[in-house]
Amino acid sequence: MDDTTPLEPQCEAALHEIYHLLAGELDDEKRQQITHHLDECSPCAEPYDFYAELRRTVAQRCRDTAPPSLLARIEQAIQHEPH
Amino acid sequence: MADQARFADLAMEHMSSLYSAALRMTRSPADAEDLVQETYLKAYRGFGGFEEGTNLKAWLYRILTNTYINTYRAKQRRPEETDLDDVEDLFLYNRLGGLEAARAGRSAEDELMDLFTEAEVKAAVEELPEAFRMAVLLADVEGFSYKEIAEIMDIPIGTVMSRLHRGRKALEKLLYEFALSRRLTEPQADLAT
Repeated sequence: MDDTTPLEPQCEAALHEIYHLLAGELDDEKRQQITHHLDECSPCAEPYDFYAELRRTVAQRCRDTAPPSLLARIEQAIQHEPH
Repeated sequence: MADQARFADLAMEHMSSLYSAALRMTRSPADAEDLVQETYLKAYRGFGGFEEGTNLKAWLYRILTNTYINTYRAKQRRPEETDLDDVEDLFLYNRLGGLEAARAGRSAEDELMDLFTEAEVKAAVEELPEAFRMAVLLADVEGFSYKEIAEIMDIPIGTVMSRLHRGRKALEKLLYEFALSRRLTEPQADLAT
């Protein structure tokens, strides 16, 4: 994408909705419009792929495993609760 | 009405994802463990009122969020102002997108994953102002819908969307700063104007 050229309206619309599309938050009509546009417009498909990958990266990098001792602590605490 | 005897079977599988969110919010393993334990205890006590078949994970996150706000937030209150006026749409893509092409022989899919270490991504998320951070974690890490996030955080859906918009922008800016500090890319000040 060249910064000096104004974007086509359908490109602007698609790029504006990238995050909402990735989050699965667009209604069917809008989603179809935008995915159809991304299929046909490689300058828009490229940032879309970039943000899809960014979202996956953030999600995967933010996964921690709770220490096993925490499970034991919680189970013990629950056992001490009145039933 | 849910049976307390079934609580562990249903609820414990979410422990690691609750712990991950708790770690991002408290930034301390000890506090995160306490927060998750407190969340499970409250959930256990309130489980009779939980309607089985509704979203248990969202319900647990709602308890976690409220517990965090009531217990931990006061400890580490700090300014939440972030200037995002200079962060345009596609901010990070405009600055890093070219790197993918420049690195020949590697699949584009792996690029971003390789570009930022786990420690950097976590640090960037933890740097986000608190209200944005929770929204971004719920949407982009846990995959909750905007409507579920509105219910978990007890805010209108329009507020969810504006916090996500600002939070994602702030995250792009923080990741860009990591890329710059590691000299992965050259500053491109001209793009910001």
